[in-house]
Amino acid sequence: MNLTLKIWRQANANDKGKMVDYKISDISPDMSFLEMLDVLNNELIEKGEQPVAFDHDCREGICGSCSLYINGEAHGPDRGVTTCQLHMRMFKDGDTITIEPFRATAFPVIKDLIVDRTSFDRIQHAGGFISVNTSGNTIDANAIPVNKHNADDAFSAATCIGCGACVASCKNSSAMLFVGAKVSQFALLPQGQVEATDRVLNMVKQMDEEGFGNCTNTGACEVECPKGISLENIARMNREYLKASLKG
Amino acid sequence: MSGILNSSIGRKFAMALSALFLMIFLLQHFSINILSVFSPDTFNEVSHFMGTFWAVQYVLQPILILGVIFHFVMGFVLEIRNRNARKINYAKNNGSANSSWMSRNMIWSGLAILAFIVLHFYDFWAPEINVKYFKGDMSGLIDPDNVDSGFRYWEELHHKFQDMWRVILYCVAFIFLSLHLLHGFSSAFQSTGMNNKYSKGLQGFGKAYAIIIPLGFVFIALFHHFTH
Ligand code: HEM
Ligand code: SF4
Ligand code: FES
Repeated sequence: MNLTLKIWRQANANDKGKMVDYKISDISPDMSFLEMLDVLNNELIEKGEQPVAFDHDCREGICGSCSLYINGEAHGPDRGVTTCQLHMRMFKDGDTITIEPFRATAFPVIKDLIVDRTSFDRIQHAGGFISVNTSGNTIDANAIPVNKHNADDAFSAATCIGCGACVASCKNSSAMLFVGAKVSQFALLPQGQVEATDRVLNMVKQMDEEGFGNCTNTGACEVECPKGISLENIARMNREYLKASLKG
Repeated sequence: MSGILNSSIGRKFAMALSALFLMIFLLQHFSINILSVFSPDTFNEVSHFMGTFWAVQYVLQPILILGVIFHFVMGFVLEIRNRNARKINYAKNNGSANSSWMSRNMIWSGLAILAFIVLHFYDFWAPEINVKYFKGDMSGLIDPDNVDSGFRYWEELHHKFQDMWRVILYCVAFIFLSLHLLHGFSSAFQSTGMNNKYSKGLQGFGKAYAIIIPLGFVFIALFHHFTH
């Protein structure tokens, strides 16, 4: 395949940045999107130019490192996949592909296509955990009965890999799907209920302080989420939050 | 509980409550207006009651006006905050791949409704307030000195829609109202945290509401225009 790539280049956080065109040829349709970028970077390095900086780690859709806004969609045009799982066969020979970083005030660009997603870490630190002492006297997980339906929903919520595609896709850069998943994962289980009130209040407070937008319920996040996290999690977070606000 | 409007979820909850209230009001407004098609007399009687009963005038009317103001002011607040959450826009964004046009353009359909409300107040509310509270004529009669002249409400309504341009503006506004509600109805329930086994059915009901009610208003406007 021969392709034209329009890629956002930005030397550092303070640089203004701009879109730069690249031609690339002999791309196999079986390559992943990131492999295609590896090929481009090899060529750039051989020419003595700066390679394009992009995030990646596991390259199998589980770590949440890879990002990229490809042809106007987070993780590209395919559904239920991360960019590392996106194949070049989703594109046609001769295509022009626009590649941009995830855009949000709370996700500032570090370099080229790499953005700083530590705002998600700070939301997690504000309450995305349960306080249990796991050393020595660990209790068997099956000792506490959990309703199957809740267990399934909690598990689904827990599959969120924190990639930020929901924020990138949202016209308001809202982080409600991510935070909704993290709140729900615990709210659905007895182990999570002890700290439920503080958790949702603190996580939402942190989310707001980071400068994410409000939810308009467009549903773009759910469609673009590589893990298929459902909007039900946002509704659950809203319930949890309103309940918690009434309490304290 | 205090400071709930300082949180994103609290603001959306308040937005949804004001919207649910407006949708109930809209249903009531429609029920009365549609009477004008079937029975001018009934329409006149109900209008006179609504226009003179103290609880409607001094309790419900101010609540409604505050509700509308709250809704659009909060709409602007949310819009500004949401724009600030992304200062650099995408060079290429494929919004239609993942969301409806209606959901992405609530502020524009809302602004069209706001422009309509200004026109609507000028057409009906301001003259009504003028007659009742400035001229002090609470009789509701065409000629306040002649008891046999009959109620003025249906006559006034009927004449307003003689003007073709007014009818066109009203119809365009109702289309925007429909677009606003096609997304807004189910969105309001999601904002309040309701997403359960009834949501699918409610979504269907919402779509029906968002089409039937505005279309009904269009019908009423056209009815009065063409029966002249
Ligand atoms: C007066 C002019 C109006 C403006 C400027 C306006 C603006 C808006 C905006 C910007 C939103 C989206 C808020 C967001 O989620 O980001 C919204 C939501 C909504 N509006 Fe309006 N609106 C207006 C009038 C109305 C009227 C008359 C109705 C109903 C009869 C209505 C019903 C709704 C509903 C149901 C929602 C969804 C609420 C939610 O998402 O929680 N609006 N409006
Ligand atoms: S909710 Fe989905 S899109 Fe958002 S961070 Fe989690 S996995 Fe990524
Ligand atoms: S690189 Fe780990 S999810 Fe894509």
